[in-house]
Amino acid sequence: MTSIDLQQILTDANIGEVLDQLDQDLVGLAPVKQRIREIAAFLVVSRARQQLGIESAPPSLHMCFTGNPGTGKTTVALRMAEILHRLGYVRKGHVVSVTRDDLVGQYIGHTAPKTREVLKKAMGGVLFIDEAYYLYRPENERDYGQEAIEILLQVMENNRDDLVVILAGYKDRMEKFFQSNPGMSSRIAHHIDFPDYSQAELVEIAGKMVATMHYRFDDGALKAMAEYIDFRQKQPHFANARSIRNALDRARLRHANRVFDLAAGGKSKPTAEELSTITEADIRASRVFDGGLNADMKVESKADF
Amino acid sequence: MHITQGQFSFLPPLTDDEIRAQVDYAISKGWAVAIEWTDDPHPRNVYWNMWGTPMFEIKDGAAALFELQACRKACPNTYIKVNAFDNTRGVESTVMSFIVNQPVMEPGFGLIRQEAAGRTIRYTTRPYATERPGGYSND
Repeated sequence: MTSIDLQQILTDANIGEVLDQLDQDLVGLAPVKQRIREIAAFLVVSRARQQLGIESAPPSLHMCFTGNPGTGKTTVALRMAEILHRLGYVRKGHVVSVTRDDLVGQYIGHTAPKTREVLKKAMGGVLFIDEAYYLYRPENERDYGQEAIEILLQVMENNRDDLVVILAGYKDRMEKFFQSNPGMSSRIAHHIDFPDYSQAELVEIAGKMVATMHYRFDDGALKAMAEYIDFRQKQPHFANARSIRNALDRARLRHANRVFDLAAGGKSKPTAEELSTITEADIRASRVFDGGLNADMKVESKADF
Repeated sequence: MHITQGQFSFLPPLTDDEIRAQVDYAISKGWAVAIEWTDDPHPRNVYWNMWGTPMFEIKDGAAALFELQACRKACPNTYIKVNAFDNTRGVESTVMSFIVNQPVMEPGFGLIRQEAAGRTIRYTTRPYATERPGGYSND
């Protein structure tokens, strides 16, 4: 009886390291991490089966990531590329991130070369198509998106060893897209749904982001941030982690302004501590506390942020 | 008559995997890979047809192979070669060039003798393939 050492494949590929990093770096997303572990296990097992000669055809690896904006789809795609690369399912492991504009041309005969160009760039790595449902526009029957889809399908089938395609977008729209493109649906083996973050997770994310920017919150700011997230979640156009990043960028602007004003008045010289501490006031100045975008209509004089 | 030219002319025809490995090498050096084809195998013929533009942004040899397959499909009975261009200042020339496709029937070359002044004879070679020049195929 021939046997094979799965552990050996795992350690050779250093998969554990990538998975652990995924666990550490990404807050929440438990179901996503679970699915990625499953896929990684599946890839390791099929690699072992290949080595024993049980399996000859490589598994289909094209994936679909669905979820609201800012839930970490792009980040996970980058990690997925690394896992696939370490297990030898893609040769180079780079990610080419595109949207409809990069694939679809503007006149007859423009789409095919454009799509092929992008596909060639992605070969040896992962092609990440954000908001893939825009490729299919049923309201315009002469839309060139269909042509891009056809070329995409052909390459997904014929060049399976050369590139992995990951489609991403809102869940409901992706479902509609698959319904009208059954060929696409049947070629995608793994569907992963990204849940929204909870308030506690977003606070944790904010903390991590601030740390990577080399700032820190004081106690008041941390509390204010938690309240901010509470308010912001209920307002329109909330984009999970992306909204948090934007909020922090604006808080940094206010912080810089405040420190600058103090220094310009000649009252004090800012210390390193002051230069890197975001205070409660920096967060509370946000219009989110006054009801978000709608607040602008009521109070015209309010500053832009 | 099997005509060989350029790099690897001393080797049997490369397999697709070997072609991909060579292209990967060119990519690792930062060279732009291009595919060209012709029906005239004369060694002094430098004007081959370009198959698309040179590939500047590819990361993997599979992309060049993808174009090569398309070229083989469109011009099956022609000579196809892969070139790699080094754009480093001061080099700026083709640094790799090897044939990756030959027609099924290669008729070879004829020797033409020109009788010049006195009893001088001038020789020139002419590929039989160009007797019937024709767009994509010679069959």
